[in-house]
Amino acid sequence: MAKILILFAHPAFEKSRVHSQLLAAIRGMQGVTLHDLYEVYPDMGIDVRHEQSLLLQHDIILFQHPLYWYSAPALIKQWQDLVLEHGWAYGHTGTALRGKIAGSVVTAGAQETAYGREGWHHYSVSEFLLPFRQTALLCNMQYLEPFVIYGTHRLTYSGIAEQAVSYKQMLERLRDGQLKIK
Amino acid sequence: MEHSYFFIAMIYLAAAVVFIPLAKKLGLGSVLGYLLAGVVIGPSLMGFVGQEGQDIMHFAEFGVVMMLFLIGIELEPALLWNMRAPILGLGGLQVLITTAAITGIALLLGQPLNASLALGMTLSLSSTAIVLQSLKEKGQLASAAGQSAFSVLLFQDIAVIPMLAIFPLLAGPDASNNAGHTASLRDNLPAWMQTLVVLGAVIVIVVAGQYLVRPLLRVVARTRVRELFTAFSLLLVVAISVLMSLVGLSPALGAFLGGVVLANSEYKHELESDIEPFKGLLLGLFFMAVGASIDFKLVLSMPWVILGLVVSLIILKAIILLILGKVFRINTEQNLLFGMALSQIGEFAFVLLAFTQQNNILSTRMVSIMTAVVALSMALTPLLLLIHERVIQPKFSKTDKDTNTREADEIHEKHPIIIAGFGRFGNIVGRFLRVNGVKATILDLDSDRVDALHNLGVKVYYGDASRRDLLAAAGAADAKIIIIAMDTVEQTLDVVKMVRKNFPHLQMLVKAENIPDTYELMDLGVLHIYRETLDTSLRMGADALQMLGIRAYHAHRNVSTFRKQDEKALKGLSAIRNDKKLYINTVKERIEELEKLMSNERVTKWNPSAQGWDEQSLIDEANQD
Repeated sequence: MAKILILFAHPAFEKSRVHSQLLAAIRGMQGVTLHDLYEVYPDMGIDVRHEQSLLLQHDIILFQHPLYWYSAPALIKQWQDLVLEHGWAYGHTGTALRGKIAGSVVTAGAQETAYGREGWHHYSVSEFLLPFRQTALLCNMQYLEPFVIYGTHRLTYSGIAEQAVSYKQMLERLRDGQLKIK
Repeated sequence: MEHSYFFIAMIYLAAAVVFIPLAKKLGLGSVLGYLLAGVVIGPSLMGFVGQEGQDIMHFAEFGVVMMLFLIGIELEPALLWNMRAPILGLGGLQVLITTAAITGIALLLGQPLNASLALGMTLSLSSTAIVLQSLKEKGQLASAAGQSAFSVLLFQDIAVIPMLAIFPLLAGPDASNNAGHTASLRDNLPAWMQTLVVLGAVIVIVVAGQYLVRPLLRVVARTRVRELFTAFSLLLVVAISVLMSLVGLSPALGAFLGGVVLANSEYKHELESDIEPFKGLLLGLFFMAVGASIDFKLVLSMPWVILGLVVSLIILKAIILLILGKVFRINTEQNLLFGMALSQIGEFAFVLLAFTQQNNILSTRMVSIMTAVVALSMALTPLLLLIHERVIQPKFSKTDKDTNTREADEIHEKHPIIIAGFGRFGNIVGRFLRVNGVKATILDLDSDRVDALHNLGVKVYYGDASRRDLLAAAGAADAKIIIIAMDTVEQTLDVVKMVRKNFPHLQMLVKAENIPDTYELMDLGVLHIYRETLDTSLRMGADALQMLGIRAYHAHRNVSTFRKQDEKALKGLSAIRNDKKLYINTVKERIEELEKLMSNERVTKWNPSAQGWDEQSLIDEANQD
């Protein structure tokens, strides 16, 4: 059974409709550690050693956040900048994360069709998350295809609940090694 | 005219309510207010109250007993033990020397030996009630003068015991056998038995305080009947007084002892708050009775004799106190306070004088003259203290600065930052700078603190940062920043003005204690003002919000919004603060504004700086398509 670390970032979680349900669905799952970054570091003062030891204790690292301007909320960037140190996460001697798996769980306001060549945004979510993919590769990690919930602006309560169930099932399969990873 | 009980109560209470605010407004302190009220309602002026004055005084003396109980309860036994030297030394010498001096003078004036000795002892005592209450009101009780005065008064309370024992021996040949004070158990016992009884009473108080009162307090508290606790508190003090009177000891002394025994009790604060109002009222009543008892008819019939006696007694007592203070190394300013504070004659003199009259030691006429002298000397004390506060103290704080007993240290370092004032605030700034590898030249005006920090290995220079030459020596000409965190606002303003005038290139970072200080600093053009408690209070508020389940980041952001708004509002308010009406209105507006802003953050919209995370408009748009 693999251990999953969810690095969750939402600057306005108290207003969240989607992520609040997603978290409610997965809270307390065995083998899943939920790490609420904005709650722990409201002043952006990230404890790098603590974060690194958390990473070492887990096999799968997932970034969970809403998509803001085709990317993550600011604290995730701050986390990456500080925690993934040269000589630890990458570079000749940076092998701490070797063999682990990374991935993204994101929510997008627009429908899936908007994220196509003909759509509003012209590129797919996977393409927008290219920095995450390459960061994982540089750190000798595998990067999963992102788990995206589209159209959150139009999702109803029950629609969100369905998504939450499938999110939970995805995590279970990931944890139990049933998910095929390329 | 026969007055009813309630009528008299009404007169006393009304006089207090009228005169105390008046005295406070005039800066006279409440003790003087009570005394004046007593004079006004007394037989000499308006005559509302008359013959019962003496009785009321005896009743109200119980306020002194309560006061000593309260003082005792604030004094831990260990602290009392530390004070043994001043109590026995300073107090003992004061009583002995003053008694000897007055006895000698009375002898020279042709009084017989027994009368002289009685006068000497009677007049050597000072007024616990007036001195402690006045010093407490001025916040001087903890000063060197206050502590010394307290030691002397405590010794005087002890000295009363042998005095009462000696007085019957001084009695004239045809004295009535009736001892003036309440008959006590000891009266007919041999000396060694008397000593045993006294010791026994003290032991009873200590043991009962520890093993009887404490458990009883717990039982009483558990009933949760509020007035029962009050009743028990009163019972405690009254019982001690009764026991003490029974064995012929001073009730005040017993109450003090009882207080000390209970100083470590967990019910200390309840006891204090229960007794406090009774004490206040009774003391007030006592002071009024003293005022009312001054027989102005007698004073006017022989004004120069009485006035002369009052003034010369005060001067004599003060001189002896000043010499003793010098011997006991009290500094000059404090010594003057000490001497002036204890220069009156105490309330116990009334008891002793009555006693001398009954024992035919002094003539009736003599006793009434002396009674007037005692009351006048007590009434003058608050005035003397006022003179000390208004005239003497200011002079000293000035000369203190110029010809300070301690020379400023020579400064051998020069750093880009100077810290002026290394108290609890400057100290944290200094530590923070130090761990960041920034060295600062530190100046402080508290010599004890400077020495203590020296022992810890922190280099702090003693000196007044508002002196130009000292700052120049500290390298102000080459420094970039001065951090001003002096202990008092006045000191801070002095430093700011001096820096602005002589070292205008220095960036000033200034600590302010409260909003009025902040305004004054703004007026002086200080740009970087740090209100002492602002950040800590907000941090506490944020933690409270989080404990209620509000997101940490939300609380964090609201703290920052609140702080910025508050500082901005303060700048605007500073300009109009002298227009009271406009000021209050604007403050109200600002509070509403801030509440609106924060509630926006809470419920509907983010404040303008956080709309990026608000999806509502996006959701609305998406659902229109």
